[in-house]
Amino acid sequence: MINLDILTKAPRILPTTSRLTIADRWDHILARLAWKRNAHRVEPGLYALGNPTPETPVFVTANYTLSFDALRSALMGMDAYLLVLDTQGVNVWCAAGKSTFGTDEIVNRVFTTGLKNLVSHRKLILPQLGAPGVAAHEVKKRTGFLVEYGPVRAADLPRYMKTHKATSDMRRVCFGLRDRLVLIPVDIVQMLLWITLAALVFYLLGGWFSALTALTVFMAGLVLFPILLPWIPTDDFSMKGLILGVLVALPFAIFACLGNPDAHWWRQILLALQYLLILPATVAFITLNFTGSSTFTSRTGVRKEIFTYVPVMAWMGGIGLASTLALLFIR
Amino acid sequence: MFNAYLENTLVYDPTLCNGCGMCVSVCPHAVFEMNGRKAVLLRPTACMECGACQKNCVTAAIAVESGVGCANAMIRAALAGKKEVECSCG
Repeated sequence: MINLDILTKAPRILPTTSRLTIADRWDHILARLAWKRNAHRVEPGLYALGNPTPETPVFVTANYTLSFDALRSALMGMDAYLLVLDTQGVNVWCAAGKSTFGTDEIVNRVFTTGLKNLVSHRKLILPQLGAPGVAAHEVKKRTGFLVEYGPVRAADLPRYMKTHKATSDMRRVCFGLRDRLVLIPVDIVQMLLWITLAALVFYLLGGWFSALTALTVFMAGLVLFPILLPWIPTDDFSMKGLILGVLVALPFAIFACLGNPDAHWWRQILLALQYLLILPATVAFITLNFTGSSTFTSRTGVRKEIFTYVPVMAWMGGIGLASTLALLFIR
Repeated sequence: MFNAYLENTLVYDPTLCNGCGMCVSVCPHAVFEMNGRKAVLLRPTACMECGACQKNCVTAAIAVESGVGCANAMIRAALAGKKEVECSCG
């Protein structure tokens, strides 16, 4: 016996509002600090915002609190249905890359929520960044619903809804200072163990000055780099990291040389060399990893960067370490 | 010089284009532009290989090897000996 209840029974609709509570804001702060990254979830399903009628537009989003909250708060004062997909607590763009924000999940959600019995129109408004996971023509074929790609940012929805046309600026992904700044706490928290460990080990090996060197490397890679990204010359993240690394290593190299004015000239060179090689190589490795946080690096380009620069970093690190050892053992 | 991002896997065959304009709508980096009834490649080097255009091109006029442009994920996959690269931030 086939269960046809789903076609006739009244769909389950969850209530929501456009107002973000203090608890929501707190959840956002925790998410930005990488606290329980997978726990910022909304129950997937169909939500009613305001007093929706059969003509009310349907917006699709991910079940990540930052995505869901961005959508519902952007629709302040509007009536809407929000179709929340199960993306396992991952944002729209990343989920689209994994196809959890995808054609199959949309088709399933449309049927399991009974959306067809609820609205008279046949249109779903998707965030543009859901497109890597969704084939609009396939959704149409399988559900009868037309997929309309709205703007990249939910904040542009009120403007978009006036004409249902996105201007070119609504279609572009940015990576402005604010976008980059919010990534800094997440990256620091995720590296916290390594940062602490490195500072500790270097403190035990060489005291405060060494510990400060280690912290400077992380500071440069995780804080200065995201801030300065567009202004550091060249395009490769590794090359930018090497340039930044040399800049932060210079004071250390100069300080180390000036601190040992009576040392033999080759010891002076080795002293400077260890800083000028190890620091930039480490900073560059951290900044190469920032490609995953950026909004524009292609896989082909990143692969090319890895093959070009990782060997360079390894050689620099190796020669730098050899300098350190030489200083320790050759008197 | 020092730009690994000048080449990518995006391939577009204008003869297959039906002029629906979907690629222009889904691209986050304005790689395509409509010129009359055809899409044209406006800024091919800006492509980040997200795959949105290919996925939404009904006539399969666009091909791109999509994937995550994340060094961390690629290095992890290489170290683990996996062929498939998956982003692992959460």
